[in-house]
Amino acid sequence: MTGTLKIGGMPLRFHGGIAALIILLVFNALFTPNFLQLQTLFVNISQVATIAIVAMGMTLVIATGGIDLSVGAVMALAGALAPLIFLSDFGVANPALGVALAIAIPVVVAGLCGVFNGWMVAVVGVQPIIATLILFISGRGIAQVLTNGNLQTFSNPAFSTLGTGKILGLPFQGWLALVIAIVLSLVIARSTFGRYLLAIGGNEKAAYLSGGPVKRVKIAAYVICAMLAGLAGLIVVAINSASDAARNGNLMELDAIAAAVVGGALLQGGRAPIFGAVLGAVIIQLVKYTLLANGVEDEVALIAKAAIIILAVWLQQFRRRA
Amino acid sequence: MTSLVSMVGIEKSFAGVPALSKANLEVAPGEIHALIGQNGAGKSTMIKVLTGVYRRDAGTVTFAGAESQVSSPREAQEAGIATIYQELNLVPLRSVTENIVMGYEPKKFGIFVNWREANARARKILARFGIDIDVTEPLGSYSTAIQQLVAIARAVSLDAKLVIMDEPTSSLDTSEVEVLFGVVRELKNQGVSVLYVSHFLDELFRICDRVTTMRDGKNVSTRVVSETTKLELIADMLGRDKDEIAAEGMTELGGAHAERGDVLVEAAAIATGPRLSHFDLKLHRGEIVGLGGLLGSGRTEAARALFGVDGVKSGQIHFGDTGQPSGPGEAIGQKIAFLTEDRKAEGIVPDMSVRENLTMALLPKLSRRGQIDFARERALVERFIKSLGIKTAHMDQPIRELSGGNQQKVLLGRWLATEPNILILDEPTRGVDVGAKREIQAVIRDTVEKGVGVLLISSEFEELVEGADRIVVMHEGRSVSELQNPGITENALVNALAGDDRGAQP
Amino acid sequence: MLDQTAFDLRKYLRRNSASFTVWVALLALITFGLLRYDNFGGAYNISSFLNYNAMFIAIALGMCFVIMTGGIDLSVGSVAAFTSVVAAYLSPYGLEVAIPGAVAAGVGFGAINAFCIIVLNIPPFIATLATMLGAKGGALVISGAQTISVDWGSNFTKLGMGQAFGLPWAIYIVIALTLALWVVLEKTTIGRTVLAIGGSEDASTLMGLKVNRAKAFAYMLSGGCAGLAGLFLASGFGAGQPLEGIGWELSAIASVVVGGTLLTGGMGSIPATVAGALLLGLVFNVLNFENGQGTISFSAYWQMVIRGGFLFLVILLQARVIARHQKGFGA
Repeated sequence: MTGTLKIGGMPLRFHGGIAALIILLVFNALFTPNFLQLQTLFVNISQVATIAIVAMGMTLVIATGGIDLSVGAVMALAGALAPLIFLSDFGVANPALGVALAIAIPVVVAGLCGVFNGWMVAVVGVQPIIATLILFISGRGIAQVLTNGNLQTFSNPAFSTLGTGKILGLPFQGWLALVIAIVLSLVIARSTFGRYLLAIGGNEKAAYLSGGPVKRVKIAAYVICAMLAGLAGLIVVAINSASDAARNGNLMELDAIAAAVVGGALLQGGRAPIFGAVLGAVIIQLVKYTLLANGVEDEVALIAKAAIIILAVWLQQFRRRA
Repeated sequence: MTSLVSMVGIEKSFAGVPALSKANLEVAPGEIHALIGQNGAGKSTMIKVLTGVYRRDAGTVTFAGAESQVSSPREAQEAGIATIYQELNLVPLRSVTENIVMGYEPKKFGIFVNWREANARARKILARFGIDIDVTEPLGSYSTAIQQLVAIARAVSLDAKLVIMDEPTSSLDTSEVEVLFGVVRELKNQGVSVLYVSHFLDELFRICDRVTTMRDGKNVSTRVVSETTKLELIADMLGRDKDEIAAEGMTELGGAHAERGDVLVEAAAIATGPRLSHFDLKLHRGEIVGLGGLLGSGRTEAARALFGVDGVKSGQIHFGDTGQPSGPGEAIGQKIAFLTEDRKAEGIVPDMSVRENLTMALLPKLSRRGQIDFARERALVERFIKSLGIKTAHMDQPIRELSGGNQQKVLLGRWLATEPNILILDEPTRGVDVGAKREIQAVIRDTVEKGVGVLLISSEFEELVEGADRIVVMHEGRSVSELQNPGITENALVNALAGDDRGAQP
Repeated sequence: MLDQTAFDLRKYLRRNSASFTVWVALLALITFGLLRYDNFGGAYNISSFLNYNAMFIAIALGMCFVIMTGGIDLSVGSVAAFTSVVAAYLSPYGLEVAIPGAVAAGVGFGAINAFCIIVLNIPPFIATLATMLGAKGGALVISGAQTISVDWGSNFTKLGMGQAFGLPWAIYIVIALTLALWVVLEKTTIGRTVLAIGGSEDASTLMGLKVNRAKAFAYMLSGGCAGLAGLFLASGFGAGQPLEGIGWELSAIASVVVGGTLLTGGMGSIPATVAGALLLGLVFNVLNFENGQGTISFSAYWQMVIRGGFLFLVILLQARVIARHQKGFGA
């Protein structure tokens, strides 16, 4: 019964995340050199935004009881497409339109990847892990085929705004993530789509027998997830002013799943804590940053992340029973 | 004669809700002992305590003269208790032989399975029951009856002293039942005891020696089969003797006489699969048509066909001008509502609130351009909480925190909110306490008064007898006869359901 | 196969139709290659093809057991990368030390997977995804993110480069492993339990089978096979490679399902899995020859796309088979 215990209107599990966040912040304030500087904040915001954007999409998919392993590959694919478009003859001749298309087309292509995933899961009836495993590998392969495996570097200030621009002194992608979070939480809370999404994850049979459009909603969840992943892929490319299909979004599926789970999403579905996913992304990023800033190698950070994922999923079971 | 099994004062509760309280059971060696009771009476829990699936809270279990402490199915098996579950617990993808010897394979050099020997053993055991099949074929390629017999063969091959059969005949046809009975008698001849759980009372009279009836988590009677009657057993099961009937009175379903209106639905000889092969129905406005039948007779399948869940393969359905809906979404659009039997698996979304659960079928009507109109939603839920008397702290309380009866009222509200013309109710009062039961019945009666046509599926005889204007009796996927009220008595219904010869066609 | 006393070819073929297809496809592709390319059947091509694919076959064999329990092991690629580094470090002591060392390291990761899945009750894909991350990190840590050159002085490189009777050593090990696992699956209790779990875990428990033991065995076997693959990798390429192994899990899964093993578990075949791995490898071999002839120009990056496409097709076919089974065995 403790699962329903609430403090200040928030479920207890949310406070677990907040507590972890506060501990991380205090630790860093005390031990990490230069932590309390604006520059550190900017670095972290720009890093956390991509994780958060993908994690929010992942949260929607997890809410239906599914999983999307292909987000990293979709990021790579979208990221590879963008420079191809604005560096093409057409893109050079029409810079404004070129940049617009370089954002729109990759996101649409990412959406098509989502259609594929959703179709495999909802219509063909393949388990989500296997269905999304296909694009997990071949999505990145397609990206590498498109670019011939080359690193594409470019200088395009308009496009780079996605990753390096600032609004009111804060990174553009931070604002973008915030807007997406607000929109998605409103969608979850106020729309029939959101209601059905949670109902499907909570009890798919009941949702179906109550007339819920189960297949459509599931496909939509995968499409949104893939489009957000595509957007995140563009941001990564914009930050680096270079597109590397081999590295863009590599292991992002793990970060996103971890952030969603840390944020309170249940793997069996029925819950879509959007701001929880953002919080989870912040925690994951802070753990990474804390380890790096204190001289722990990148590689060890991977192991720490693995441990966090196992711990978060393990702790979830007790929530479920409660 | 000392008992083979002796369970005394068994207590078991789940999350504080008692499933068994002071339940007893005695099975003699070489006896075929029946265990009967309504759904939720505690039969399954009793069996699972005996076989170590559940740990008992209190009480003692003695098996073959020694106190039994089995805590897993494997230990039970090794002690000599074999169970054949209702849903067959075999592996259909694997061969017949494997399913019989799995875990106890004959070995060469102590490691390698000797398949030749294993196949021979499987054949020999099956031959004892007069079955000659290719034991190397996957189990799933055989009929349910054969699968059932393979399960029994497995039990026998493990030298079981007690074989527990949970509803073994529910999916068998007449000739298959005969084979099964032969096997059961053969077991008895070999000195094996059989604990036989069944809803089919006729069967008990054919093969069982004694029968223990359970109700509300305890045993209420143990009778020698040759000295009792079917009605006596039914009275035990329902817990109703004459005095009680007089005191408690009837359900809230009866007594009204709404005018019978236009025909709402007409189904002629529809079939959806092996479990619904021939179903006729005519339902008018303002009437309750009951669907009577034993477990597995195709009642739920008939409801699913009307609601468009299972596609009709032959026969015709007409809802006025339209045909069978393509699925629940369209069915709701055609003003059909379907309260499903399994509240947990098909009804509630446990983590969602009372409000969200109640409006789930109405969502398309409650929203504009995909946006839910919360003011209307709250007003509507408020109204239903009041009119149905749903006991909840507030409408945003998660539905899983409500009692079974209140959950059921929310689900009933979910369907009433769609303002249906046809309301299909599958066991609407199952697992609901007496008070809520009467309230739900009253709501159903009210709804009919307003001109809705209700199709009522119920295992509770009094609901059908008192509530239904007509009762369509189903048997093995077919509608076989129709009883007309007034004039239906529990006796008449019992006779129509149970007295019917197995496999008899109209 | 189970009953030699009454062998019926028609029955055998019907029961193994899925695996049968993969053998036919394999033979067809080999014939195609032999007819079209001059050097296809040459000793060099055969030997290098088998040598290169030995590691993929090993991984597919372990994956086959895991999938037959109804689970999945996404960690195999990273574990192989990790053990290739371990093997490289152990190479000065010779194969006597390197083989057990690398395999034990793989089994260790398998044990971690088994612990998370069985004891902590974490879904297999999450557990093995985390191990994938952990093994990758571990490989980078112990190698300092460098490829680790093996000791050429010891007998270590014989494993991946040496030959006996015209075929690479590695392939003999893989053949022995295949035969051993075939026997384990068909002839031992634990093998049958693995299949039963995939068929229905609940039923297996109620039948009193040792479900947890069999599951632990499957994951540790998969880890061990990945360890072996890492060993082949280090010994065949002369270096422990912490960054290798990306996408190997997909290859393995594809090989297993192409071989007719149901993704939902409960049915599967060891030899057909090997055939599946060979078929997948052969597709790339043929593409290489086509590239060589200049008729097409496929970059190496097509590999991943083709693997994914292959898996997609097989899953589509299987989805129908599974649907049919579920209908036939309904309730």
